[in-house]
Amino acid sequence: MPADVMIETVALKKHFPVRKGILQREAKAVRALDGISLTIRRGEVLGLVGESGSGKSTLGKTLMMQEPPTSGQIVFGDTEISRFSERLLKPFRRRMQMIFQDPFSSLNPRMSVGDSLTMPLRFQAPDMSASARLDKARQVIETVGLSGDILERFPHEFSGGQRQRIGIARALITDPEFIVADEAVSALDVSVQAQVLNLLTEIRHRWQLTMLFVTHDLAVVGHIADRVAVMYLGKIVEVAPTRELFTRPRHPYTEALMSAVPTPERRAHQRIMLEGDIPSPISPPSGCAFRTRCPYAKPACADSAPPLDVRGTGHYAACHRPELELASPIAT
Amino acid sequence: MTLSHPPALAVRDLCVTFQRNGCETRVIHDIDFEIAAGETLALVGESGSGKSVTSMALMRLLGRQSRAAVTGQVALHAATEREPIDLLQIDDARMRQLRGRRIAMIFQEPLTALNPVHRVGDQIAEVVRFHSGSPRRQARAQALALLEQVGIPEPSSRLDSYPHELSGGMRQRVVIAMALAMEPDVLIADEPTTALDVTVQAQILTLLKTLQRDTGMAMLFITHDFGVVSEVADRVAVMYAGRIVEEGDVEAVLARPLMPYTAGLLASVPRLERAGLPGERLATIAGRVPDPASLPAGCSFQPRCTFAVPGTCDSAVPALASLKAGRRVRCTRAHELIPAEELSPCPQTS
Repeated sequence: MPADVMIETVALKKHFPVRKGILQREAKAVRALDGISLTIRRGEVLGLVGESGSGKSTLGKTLMMQEPPTSGQIVFGDTEISRFSERLLKPFRRRMQMIFQDPFSSLNPRMSVGDSLTMPLRFQAPDMSASARLDKARQVIETVGLSGDILERFPHEFSGGQRQRIGIARALITDPEFIVADEAVSALDVSVQAQVLNLLTEIRHRWQLTMLFVTHDLAVVGHIADRVAVMYLGKIVEVAPTRELFTRPRHPYTEALMSAVPTPERRAHQRIMLEGDIPSPISPPSGCAFRTRCPYAKPACADSAPPLDVRGTGHYAACHRPELELASPIAT
Repeated sequence: MTLSHPPALAVRDLCVTFQRNGCETRVIHDIDFEIAAGETLALVGESGSGKSVTSMALMRLLGRQSRAAVTGQVALHAATEREPIDLLQIDDARMRQLRGRRIAMIFQEPLTALNPVHRVGDQIAEVVRFHSGSPRRQARAQALALLEQVGIPEPSSRLDSYPHELSGGMRQRVVIAMALAMEPDVLIADEPTTALDVTVQAQILTLLKTLQRDTGMAMLFITHDFGVVSEVADRVAVMYAGRIVEEGDVEAVLARPLMPYTAGLLASVPRLERAGLPGERLATIAGRVPDPASLPAGCSFQPRCTFAVPGTCDSAVPALASLKAGRRVRCTRAHELIPAEELSPCPQTS
């Protein structure tokens, strides 16, 4: 594997069984991840977008090995970790961290900020002295723009923006290489969201982080990501460098998602309206899973699932109709 | 702005004061606005700005438990009535009649507005029966027609669904059907699309606009998203710390905000147009929304404002000055920051 790859997945699947009857027979499965092959390069921010139910959060959790995958591989650095036990995973835990939408729910309300921050170090660096741990906590809390004296205070004393900074500080304290940010700015007011996005951009460069940035907000992903992957029903349907994806979408789902975003500039624009909701991942449509909502679907789209094919430099799309001329909301 | 007939909803000097532990905290200060029939006013602001408390006060939903004192006037001009009714002056029984019939509300989370143990058809029919006293069978037929009107596929089989069997978008459609059952004159929509995916949000916004065109209802649309504002609203009022700080036609306000707070908010939104372009920092507003119990002296925004002048901005709360074309702005330095031709107030229409 080339040295510049941080994490790679090969045909990654995560199915959640749906049990039925008194015998709890495994009747069906929710195919949350249905064959994801993806590479995240060292130092890049890969954006991951899609509707709720597309599987984007499950991908983040599975990469973190919080859930063992059903099949497929996860290669972290140069080690395949997808079959590792918790004991074998322990040295890798320090190197991968997660930032959540609601940091309040991931902070213990009865623990001071300092205790919450240093907790991961007790496990990851048991040799470290208490004062060294506190020094480290002070260092990361200052990195995220808060002052060191908040370490004795408790989570309820902080505003949403400050809590998210604390959540980021806790992710940073183990000096991770790879971070999954799951809707990290979605619950914040716009003015606070801008502050936290600026902070993430700053620490990403300063700490040379690799990031998977999971969000439903296309404008946010357009601001922070180098490349963007679009998910639909457990599959990646398109992936491309950010500017390329936004100006030249090659999958009808990407086109429809971008078209649905209301922006202050575009009023009364031509909109591609998707009908209905995302289908159930328990019984996805045959062939191309998007065909039931796709305005360009042909009968042949029901026959086979389209592979993720090359459409340009670093640009891949899974669509049976590569000849389509799709609209971009920002085409110049 | 000249209105040929009285506005469907006219709010004057609305104040809300919460009492807690013997302390009084005013959270809404002298709100006034009007919405004409068929018009949409967006109320925009960050959390804590008071936009939801305003809507709850209009609906008289701030119960006795919340120990809120609501003063001012909320004149509802129903198409069926000759005179406007002041919602703050009528008794509870009369308010219950009007609520849902002449003024209705939808919320961010439809699941909390629906009863989980009743079929959605029965819930809609109940609203119809409560207000019009129609017989059961007729109410059910009307519920079916309403589900069809809000674009629910296979409405006859959906009548017997429970809320948990529907998706978020479908639930919001059911709640809209309930709110519009009696064809109210005013609909208050409090962040109705915030919990939905963008694709479903686009469907719901289109639905609300279509229904408004068909019924001519006035809409107060509460949101924090300027994109949604440009999509649905005719006019926008920006709230900060319990006050309206700017108001005007949507195009005008979004293109040229006059109040530094509005300008700051608009600048801090990442632009889809700039997606993937080498990153400059997003503009930010320093600090955060003040606690209503200890508002800063003078203009509430002045501690965060880059244009603030000590001795001027912190001495008195600036008035909400009327400018041309129905625009209003609350800024002491408006005369210096805004070109003169936009400032000259239009002659007052009575």
